[in-house]
Amino acid sequence: MFELLGIAPQALFGQLLLGLINGAFYAILSLGLAVIFGLLNVINFTHGAQYMMGAFGAWMLLNYVGIPFWGALVLSPIIVAIIGMVIERTLLRRLYHLDHLYGLLLTFGLGLIIEGLFRRQYGSSGLPYNNPLPGGTNLGFMFLPNYRAFVVVFSLAICIGTWFVIERTKLGSYLRAATERPDLVQAFGIDVPRMITLTYGFGVGLAALAGVLAAPAYQVSPTMGSNLIIVVFAVVVIGGMGSIMGAIVTGFGLGLVEGLTKVFYPEASSTVIFVIMAIVLLVKPAGLFGTVK
Amino acid sequence: MRLAAMFLAAGSLLAAGAAQAQTPAAPLAVKIGVLNDQSGLYADLGGPGSVWAAKKAVADFLATPAGKNLKVDVVFADHQNKADVGTAIARQWFDVDGVDVILDVPNSGVALAVNQVAKEKNKVFINSGAAASDLTGKACTPNTVHWTYDTWALANGTGKAITKNGGDTWFFITADYAFGHALERDTAAVVAANGGKVVGQVRVPLNNADFSSFLLQAQSSKAKIIGLANAGGDTINSIKQAAEYGIVEGGQKLAGLLIFLSDVNSLGLKTAQGLTLTEAWYWDMTDENRAFAKEFAAANRGVHPTMVHAGVYAGTLHYLKAVAALGADKDGAAVVAEMKKLPTDDKLFGKGEIRADGRQIHPMFLFEVKKPSESKYPYDYYTLKATIPANEAFRPLSESECPLVKKS
Repeated sequence: MFELLGIAPQALFGQLLLGLINGAFYAILSLGLAVIFGLLNVINFTHGAQYMMGAFGAWMLLNYVGIPFWGALVLSPIIVAIIGMVIERTLLRRLYHLDHLYGLLLTFGLGLIIEGLFRRQYGSSGLPYNNPLPGGTNLGFMFLPNYRAFVVVFSLAICIGTWFVIERTKLGSYLRAATERPDLVQAFGIDVPRMITLTYGFGVGLAALAGVLAAPAYQVSPTMGSNLIIVVFAVVVIGGMGSIMGAIVTGFGLGLVEGLTKVFYPEASSTVIFVIMAIVLLVKPAGLFGTVK
Repeated sequence: MRLAAMFLAAGSLLAAGAAQAQTPAAPLAVKIGVLNDQSGLYADLGGPGSVWAAKKAVADFLATPAGKNLKVDVVFADHQNKADVGTAIARQWFDVDGVDVILDVPNSGVALAVNQVAKEKNKVFINSGAAASDLTGKACTPNTVHWTYDTWALANGTGKAITKNGGDTWFFITADYAFGHALERDTAAVVAANGGKVVGQVRVPLNNADFSSFLLQAQSSKAKIIGLANAGGDTINSIKQAAEYGIVEGGQKLAGLLIFLSDVNSLGLKTAQGLTLTEAWYWDMTDENRAFAKEFAAANRGVHPTMVHAGVYAGTLHYLKAVAALGADKDGAAVVAEMKKLPTDDKLFGKGEIRADGRQIHPMFLFEVKKPSESKYPYDYYTLKATIPANEAFRPLSESECPLVKKS
């Protein structure tokens, strides 16, 4: 069967694994978007810029303070999340009672401004960031770099952890309740505005975390976010806006699909996700895991 | 009859005198448009730096006696690497804003489109940033000059050097647009001509972040050399990820067919060391170049100029010389004809010429990227390996597909 497809099984397994690795980035990013949309009803177009800030945060921590990758993996998302929370408190909060479109415009504009500032300061071609886990393992069918293996395992853990917290814990139930009926939850003595700020911070932190993970593998450049964010939005739309599980599953799934496209018809690898998005929207407009509200 | 002739002669003398008397009062207005990627993946190799280089050339030329009667404006715009955006700006500039010449235009896709607009409007197009050798090949026009480098020259430099050193089987990772295709085609021809063989290729969409899949395909092809027929951020990501997948330890070698100084800077010497590359110009070769780089760096966040910036400088200067010599700038083809007639001579590229096909001719250089321990100061990145003399560096006219070249 493999011979019929014109590709050796070893190569196919290799490509599937690679797809999974890319899927890990999609999953973390779309998870952040889904958390923010699901709980705040804000379409966070600053996500790409926040992903980029995470990567730059890692670079700055290394080059200005001397903190290596592992420290940056914790610190950079926290710093970016705090910046995100400041944005939520000062700007985003004023738009909750308006249409989605206003939040979208604000975050889109903010994203452009942040990207422009970084480009002005650091140029567009990117900065070097060394691999913290050089070397790799030969799996027989492919050479798996240690760092990529770490990325897959780490992102899976983060994704499942996030899903568990939101869907299966008391804190998560507060959060979900607060989005349905904020007035009622507030009446029970829970500080809803603070919860929303923290949720936005968490979603932004996830974007920054993906950025730190991307720094050693991709170039750290101001445009890295805007190149990726459109694909990630497609992932969220396919998974169903606001669905946590949907974001994770489609993130990894589309990584696989894209990986296979890179083998069979590489020219289409940048468009295949949008083709799937179009089909899904035609057949199931709420997305694969979404529900119509 | 004789009386009439005398009147005519006197009249024309008077007219000439009047024209001469007019010039100091109304200097010849020239408008230069720098059109390139101001914000995307090619912004650091051209971008705002090219605008600076054009302005610097204008200032240098206006300071010479020949520049007395010119009034020069420099405008710029971002083509966002989109051919439709690029042509729309070019048309607006030519039709409405009175721009006489467009400079730089990296991204071969956009350059080939602007090339057509410049011909249609009979303006001038001096390309520095784009690579496709088609600009002076089958797409050549009487209105276009290609200054800095092209895919043929890159293939002839890097491709030849590597194939001759035993790298005789190649796999290409190619950017899927005009530039990548041209670079792959020209390099494959050089590989074949030197006894090598191309065993495969993969076409990758522009601006791709993850190359692992393509690198894996290259790895399983068992080719000795993986040719990177891409540029800017794509090349950086390919090289960075090749290191991750242990491609070089596995015995395969990378050939970056188009690598700019800005790319080496963003890779860092640790990753980039040992790469062989071909460039038209390097800042640390002569005192003139170093002085130019120092001034450039002071105005551009400490960044050092690439060959594209140098080409924009030299191209602008030569254009102004031709306009001053001609005393007119509205007939683009006439200006380019004058540019071809005048020998080129500037402090960055030295003496050279522009051939009938629009190709500016100068030496090309084969460099090797230094080890981190060998680099003594900022942007001290290259060791010169070989100089390819001007008459061998570019596609010979005898092989040209350009209709402007008369075949004997």
